[in-house]
Amino acid sequence: MDKLITVSPSPHVYGDDTVKKLMYGVVYALLPALLISVYFFGIGALIVTTISIVSCVAFEYLIQKYLMKSEPSISDGSALVTGLLLAFNLPTNLPWWIIVIGALVAIGVGKMTFGGLGNNPFNPALVGRVFLFISFPVQMTSWPEPIVSRLQYTDAVTGATPLAVVKEGLSAGVPMSRLLEQIPGYMELFIGYLPGCTGEISALALLAGGLYMLTRKIITWHIPASIFLSVIIFTGILWLINPYDNADPLFHLLSGGLVLGAVYMATDYVTSPMTPKGMWIFGIGIGVITVAIRIYGAYPEGVSFAILIMNAFVPLINKYVKPKRFGEEVKNG
Amino acid sequence: MIQTFPRGGIHPPEDKFSAGSPIKVLPLPKTVNIPLSQHIGAPSEPLVKKGDKVKTGQWIAKCKSFVSANVHSSVTGTVTKVDKLMDSSGYKRMAISISTEEDQWEEGIDTSDTLNRNIVATADEIIQKTLDAGIVGLGGATFPSHIKLSVPKGKTADVLIINGAECEPCLTSDHRLMLEKGEELMVGIQLIMKKLNVKKALIGIEKNKPDAINHLSSLAKGFGGTEVRPLKVKYPQGGEKQLIKALINREVPSGGLPVDVGTVVHNVGTAYAIYEAVQKNKPLIERVVTVTGKDLQTPSNFMVRIGTPVSELIEAAGGLPEDTGKIINGGPMMGKALINTDIPVTKGTSGILLIPSAEAKRKPVVNCIRCTKCVSVCPMGLEPYLLQQASEYKKWDIVEEERALDCMECGSCSYICPSGRPLLDYIRLGKSTVSKIIRSRKQ
Repeated sequence: MDKLITVSPSPHVYGDDTVKKLMYGVVYALLPALLISVYFFGIGALIVTTISIVSCVAFEYLIQKYLMKSEPSISDGSALVTGLLLAFNLPTNLPWWIIVIGALVAIGVGKMTFGGLGNNPFNPALVGRVFLFISFPVQMTSWPEPIVSRLQYTDAVTGATPLAVVKEGLSAGVPMSRLLEQIPGYMELFIGYLPGCTGEISALALLAGGLYMLTRKIITWHIPASIFLSVIIFTGILWLINPYDNADPLFHLLSGGLVLGAVYMATDYVTSPMTPKGMWIFGIGIGVITVAIRIYGAYPEGVSFAILIMNAFVPLINKYVKPKRFGEEVKNG
Repeated sequence: MIQTFPRGGIHPPEDKFSAGSPIKVLPLPKTVNIPLSQHIGAPSEPLVKKGDKVKTGQWIAKCKSFVSANVHSSVTGTVTKVDKLMDSSGYKRMAISISTEEDQWEEGIDTSDTLNRNIVATADEIIQKTLDAGIVGLGGATFPSHIKLSVPKGKTADVLIINGAECEPCLTSDHRLMLEKGEELMVGIQLIMKKLNVKKALIGIEKNKPDAINHLSSLAKGFGGTEVRPLKVKYPQGGEKQLIKALINREVPSGGLPVDVGTVVHNVGTAYAIYEAVQKNKPLIERVVTVTGKDLQTPSNFMVRIGTPVSELIEAAGGLPEDTGKIINGGPMMGKALINTDIPVTKGTSGILLIPSAEAKRKPVVNCIRCTKCVSVCPMGLEPYLLQQASEYKKWDIVEEERALDCMECGSCSYICPSGRPLLDYIRLGKSTVSKIIRSRKQ
């Protein structure tokens, strides 16, 4: 034999999945929600999404090349996903420079400070969003009305989100039945006909993308299911006790960023637990904290904070929640 | 009911190209190199020297300790050297080289094809003949079989499991053996049952071999206590602990043996070899080897004499394809890559797999994204990503605590990893280091 052959330890075959394929899978799953957003919010949705993606990818490239002096890995699609998710968590009338700051914080502080992909403890897109939320509370809490200002960007007509209407109304003593008249119907909430962040409005499109990710085995069902269940149970108990002062579980599921958060943000590989049991603990924590902030906290919406808080517990969960080892308990049947 | 093991596992492409090729007898090679370490345990001790004439089936190296195995000549000819030679492990180890002259068998060996169903051997004779014949586990683990024919004091076995899962992609040697030597195999199973004194034997076969399932099921009616159980296709179904879990729902405890849960597992090839040893007085000097690959002209199954160079098998299957990038002794999941084609077939060689150069290299390694796929496919319930990190950073206490020694090196984690990380490589490093630490602690 005169030719060279490869000699390496087993296994000698590999599956088809790559980081790039998984990341692009998430991007495809987010496309329906983006389309619906463009339908309702018009050019604002396109501008915000484009600026967010371009600046996230650019910051990742620049930081890797000039600060970390390493080979840029922007083609893996992870900065693209961060950019898309950051945009989905911003209102569509947000000035461009605020988005760029958000992208810098998301990629720079949220991701690259810790060593880049795989090393960040907190979801980078949420780090960016929460930074902006605290730094620019006015711009971050004015949401364009759907349909009416599809051709306007920062000068769009704005309105309050259903969650804000309900929070304000309930604290002013208005009964829930009256408040329901002031917000869009549940079918409209489900489709996405409401003021809100770019990508969070349409539960329908987000769930469709989630189903796609489940069938492609990009995510497992544990985290979304545990978040939805804990929100339903927590809000359900409050609603059953006092339906006059509490919104019902369906309203909580369909409003705000719950579906976006549960299906796309909390399931971020890097910042979620490694075992199904750990995922349940993580998901229940997010659900409970979200509802607690929505009902008892200062803000009408708490999904971002809940996910970031539970991100902080992930190393602890991974340390103490272990998969069941084969042969650990001898069970003979 | 179709069964499988519940936790983990993967579905690599099956690629059983040679499943339809009947077993052909490979012509005698000009020379054979018969390694003295074809089994787990101590190398055997040579009984012949350079210049000696040997007959086919002659005893040429003896078992040196309890965990060891006898070795026999696979041809008739002259011993040309007893020296170190490269074998499939990649190490140079002792081997006996014989130049072939003819094929004259040692006296007393029945070389006919007639089936001998009549079991006259006593339990002691069965184990003695298995030991004499140098039989080792032919599924690939090559653990000396006579040890697995005795149940240690204080333990009992109530069921024998016969491993016909052949879950490794590409390999078909067990499949063909079950189809073509079914009756001999059934007699072999009866022999093992007699020795172990168990009344029940379950043959586990993955359902991608329906012909083997049907054939052995109909044969099983004529042999008391044996039953064929179809299994779902899932790798590593043929892992000993997984097979036991799938068939009788018992979990071998960590660090334990199958007999701890009342069972013993033998491969179909081993059961056939035991038949040959006991009923035909024939030592283990040949075995079925699959030769396969995407670009190979005629993927085949050969009856091959032990010690035959791999190159002869490849030639017989149409020659080495132009762009071969890797030559593997065994299957794609657990096989060993060979350094050249001069390496001999040994008792543990179930197949020779040729991989095109495009598929011979690994994926580029990128950061772990903690996607949890390695954790979800691990059939032992381990966390490969964590073991890999701990091994990389030499945190041997964590490697031990996280039970690296439970790993059977099935490779499912490395297979599934989207980041192309060398998970199993590091786990192997961790396992061997932890084993050393544990040994030094005992001293």
